[in-house]
Amino acid sequence: MAEELPPLVTEEMKAQVGKESAPSTSELDNTGIRMFARSVGHTDPIYYDDAAAKAAGYRGIVAPPGYLGTPVFNPNAGSRRGPGGMFGGPEPTRPLRRVLNGGTEIEYLEDICSGDVLTSTSHIASYEETKGSLGEMLITVNKTVYKNQLGKTVAISTGTSIRY
Amino acid sequence: MAVTWNDVSEGMSIPELKKNCSTQQLVLWAAGSGDFYQIHYDKDFAVGTGLSGIIVHGALKNAFLGQLVHDWIGNSGKLKKYGCSYRGMDFPNEDIICKGVVTKKYEEGGEKLVDLEVWTENPQGKKTTPGYATVSLKS
Repeated sequence: MAEELPPLVTEEMKAQVGKESAPSTSELDNTGIRMFARSVGHTDPIYYDDAAAKAAGYRGIVAPPGYLGTPVFNPNAGSRRGPGGMFGGPEPTRPLRRVLNGGTEIEYLEDICSGDVLTSTSHIASYEETKGSLGEMLITVNKTVYKNQLGKTVAISTGTSIRY
Repeated sequence: MAVTWNDVSEGMSIPELKKNCSTQQLVLWAAGSGDFYQIHYDKDFAVGTGLSGIIVHGALKNAFLGQLVHDWIGNSGKLKKYGCSYRGMDFPNEDIICKGVVTKKYEEGGEKLVDLEVWTENPQGKKTTPGYATVSLKS
């Protein structure tokens, strides 16, 4: 048995769990939704055509599953993840340079349509370390809550990232 | 025609959705989703991280599963929740078959709901993206 390494997760990282991020804005417009829908290969006109979306009972062109708007890009703002490299925030005890997307869940509470402006805040729900086929892995679960311009919570997304 | 709650029975399969991503589609997705990580379009970069080549974005497979469910329920139903895990890699120019099975049919809070198991399958029949969905339907 090789000698046991100390945990990857530091006290500083543990202190970050549950802390709400600063709010972030994402926008939905016809062009952005069409681009997303096209890249998936959707064929339903509600994702492309305003009249078709309205005929189906929506306020406007509909956000396809998985699309929660395009984050507003600001070249003069630091990364949302903050300084400190690719991931930002406190670093684990040993460097983990690679990252894979582990999984995604979205819960929808209201329709999301073109013209909506979503404000989201996220927090780290948990850190977990494990060993797998890729060696030592750090699994981070992030939760993000999206509200629309009326202040209604429209979606809650949960993302799992795997660093190794 | 869109499916109705009355038509649904537990254990039934929903129509499959077949995908096969060109590298061009992955670039479209990068633009559409805002995920510009190079392992999804730059082969040298991908190999440099230890991968065998370019891989399909996990979130694109998640979006495929969203399309699978949407195409089944149409616009009389609502997708309430869905998610998946990325258990295996998929590669450009290989089939990604999206499938789903109804696992539960029930009423809750005045809504007629259906739970599904959904997943993507690679050409070897491996479930690379196992997931789940909950939809509300009209009777």
